Amino acid sequence: MEVLLGITGKDFTLIAASKAAMRGATILKASDDKTRQLNKHTLMAYSGEAGDTVQFADYIQANAQLYSMRNESDLSPSALAHFVRGELATSLRSRNPYNVNLLLGGVDPITHKSSLYWLDYLASLAPVPYAAHGYAQYYCLSILDKHHHPDITLGQGIKLLTLCVDELKRRLPIDFKGMTVKAVTKDGVVDIQFDDDKVVKAA
Amino acid sequence: MSRRYDSRTTIFSPDGRLYQVEYALEAISHAGTAIGILAKDGIVLAAERKVTSKLLEQDTSAEKLYILNDNMICAVAGMTADANILINYARQAAQRYLLTYNEDIPCEQLVRRLCDLKQGYTQHGGLRPFGVSFIYAGWDPQRQFQLYLSNPSGNYGGWKATSSGANHASAQSLLKQDYKEDCTLEEACGMAVKVLSKTMDSTKLGSEKIEFATVGQTKDGKIYHRLWSADEIDALLKKHDLAKDETKEE
Repeated sequence: MEVLLGITGKDFTLIAASKAAMRGATILKASDDKTRQLNKHTLMAYSGEAGDTVQFADYIQANAQLYSMRNESDLSPSALAHFVRGELATSLRSRNPYNVNLLLGGVDPITHKSSLYWLDYLASLAPVPYAAHGYAQYYCLSILDKHHHPDITLGQGIKLLTLCVDELKRRLPIDFKGMTVKAVTKDGVVDIQFDDDKVVKAA
Repeated sequence: MSRRYDSRTTIFSPDGRLYQVEYALEAISHAGTAIGILAKDGIVLAAERKVTSKLLEQDTSAEKLYILNDNMICAVAGMTADANILINYARQAAQRYLLTYNEDIPCEQLVRRLCDLKQGYTQHGGLRPFGVSFIYAGWDPQRQFQLYLSNPSGNYGGWKATSSGANHASAQSLLKQDYKEDCTLEEACGMAVKVLSKTMDSTKLGSEKIEFATVGQTKDGKIYHRLWSADEIDALLKKHDLAKDETKEE
């Protein structure tokens, strides 16, 4: 029951991931960071099979950094998303495929346009204005559908995210230990302070 | 004396030279001239066709100008047969990049890929280096319009205006004289035919002797590249008063 959320706005992309590291019914850690920064303007959040996720994310991160080093320029979020999709598609057709779901978001270093990509372990790729993975989809997509607007500011984006997280706390049967929230703007990736201690009572 | 050092590409001579690479450069300086000029709104490539015969089928194949991908073209000076191998390699590299990243390959990266291949032939023994220089014209979102020149040693550089092949030294000095910063593509085309007419043996030109191509941007921002037809080249030559007299047969 991992939660991944993504929201784009006028000049930013917000990415949030639940902090709980789980194994079966046990929570092993309550401060897990399920995100990787790929380059200055691109951030990726992952969920799925425990070992696969980190292995795959590290592999993608290393390739993104190698590209930046070799070419003295960063890959755009779109280029990275297609690269990741290609890697997942080859993996899917191998003997032991990665079981990883991803949200990849960022701001284009040249045009400064924000973007968000939804990817799953079957190597589907979709550019979306907002996204969720796992059970969070059932609760959040309707909220995002109602309240999201392409021109929202970062402040409005965080408010919208709070709305989603509150609903998850209200309805998800397992405590996901709050969210790691990061925003990508034209100046890079910034950590967003997010109140995890807020208690939301079930309806 | 030099026999001992020029039969393999990989061996330095005692005075620190690679003879095979120098011979390749020499081969290029006998080939038809190719020039490239960077304008603010595009790039022009022009090349001299050496083989002309009345019996040769015109317009069926470009001999010196090739399309590499959707936003890059190149002009060849040197051995066309060698160039074909490299162009095929470049086209494959560009398509492979497009497949992985769903974006066109940045110009410098494609140039570097080709130059890495060329460099390999100056170091790994048994083969001769490629006898080709390329002038590349392209566009990418990061650096906009770009012009590059590469040679058999595997070196490359970015230029505002450059030339390769026979008389490249004089073409270069003419370009240096005439080049204006922020010139338009149209002005660059005019400059290109003028420089070519001066470096080529005959003063009056015809479309059968030169090839012409441009990279530019349409009004709605799309990048295009175009290899010119014979009629368009003749019209340009006529405009600049460089066309050969149609009434006199050679």
